[in-house]
Amino acid sequence: MKFFRSSSNQAAGTAVPQKLTRRSSGMGEIARLLNSQEALCVLDMGATSASNIRFFTGKGHKNYSEDLLRSSLDPALRVPDGAGNLVVDSKKFLEENLVYANALFDVVLCWNLPDYLEESLVKPTVDRLWSVMKPGGYLLAFFHTRDAGPDSICYRYHVTDSDTLEMQEVKFALPGRPASEKQSPRLQRVFNNRHIENLFRDFASIKFFLARDAIREVLVVR
Amino acid sequence: MDAPQTAEFAHIGKSVVIKGEVSGSEDLYVDGNVEGKIELRNHSLTVGPNGNVKADVSAKAVVIQGKLDGSVNASDRVDLRKSAVVTGDVTTQRIAIEEGAFLKGKVDIQKEAGKAGSAAS
Repeated sequence: MKFFRSSSNQAAGTAVPQKLTRRSSGMGEIARLLNSQEALCVLDMGATSASNIRFFTGKGHKNYSEDLLRSSLDPALRVPDGAGNLVVDSKKFLEENLVYANALFDVVLCWNLPDYLEESLVKPTVDRLWSVMKPGGYLLAFFHTRDAGPDSICYRYHVTDSDTLEMQEVKFALPGRPASEKQSPRLQRVFNNRHIENLFRDFASIKFFLARDAIREVLVVR
Repeated sequence: MDAPQTAEFAHIGKSVVIKGEVSGSEDLYVDGNVEGKIELRNHSLTVGPNGNVKADVSAKAVVIQGKLDGSVNASDRVDLRKSAVVTGDVTTQRIAIEEGAFLKGKVDIQKEAGKAGSAAS
C-alpha cells in the first residue's frame, strides 16, 4: 500500500486561485511619503478595495475611491462623431467624474488606468489630475512595455504591504449584458517613454522604474 | 441578510417612498426609497438590497446592501455588503467592505480618543 502525501491541504478537485503579487518600487516610494506625514489625501483610481482603504486609513490618511475605468464604460457617455461612430464624450465624462476641489490630493494612484482608458479620455483625465493634485504631490501609474501583448490581463492592484501589491484580474460585464458574460478590459495602447513624458509634461518631474513583468512604473511629481 | 423582524426594527418596505427628514430613537431598516436626511443618533440604519437612499445619513452603525447616494456619518461602524453601491463620503471609526461592494467617495476614519486597532476590514 502506498501512502501519498498531498502537497497542499486542498480537497481533491478544488482549485484555489493563485494570488499574484508583485514588488513595486513606486509604491515603496509612496509608502515612505505616507509614513513620514499625517492626514494626507489619497486618490485610488481603481475598483473599491478594502485592502487599500485599510492600508491608507490605517496610517491616518483619508482615502478617496473612484473607479474611473468602470465609469468610462457608461453607455450614456457615448455620442456619435461626424462619421457616425460612437465615441466617449470627454467633457461629460469629466463633469461626472474626478470632480474635486483644486489642489486636494497628496497622492494619486492611477495604477494601469492610462493603458486601458479610451484614447479620448487619457489626456483630459491627466490634465484634471494635475488640477486636483497639490504641488509636490505624487502620482503613480503603471504602463505596459511593448513586450506586453494585446491580451495582457488587466489587473486591479491591492496594497498589502509598503511595497507589495496583490494583483486581481479585472472583469466587467458590458452594459446590458449579464454578469456571467464578464470580460477583461482590452489593452488600448502601449506608451513609449516619450509618450509618457509628453502625457505628464505639465508635471514637475518624472521617474521611471522598469520591472521584469513588462510593466514600467512611473512616479510623477506635481 | 434577511429583513429583521419588525418588532426589532422600524421597517420601510420596498414600495414605500419618503421625501424629507427621517429621524428616530430605534434601529431602522430601509428597503424602499428615502430622499432627504436620515438621523438615528445612537441606533443603526440598514439599507436593504432593494433600498434606494438619496440622503445624508447619521447613525451609530450603518449597514448597506442597496444603494446610497449621500454622506454617511457613523459614530461606530459602517458595513458595505457585496451588493452595496455607495456614492458619497463616509466618516466612521471602523469600516468593513465586502468584495464586490462599490464605493465612490472618501473614507475618513475618525477614532474616538484612546481607542486603537485596525479601522478597516
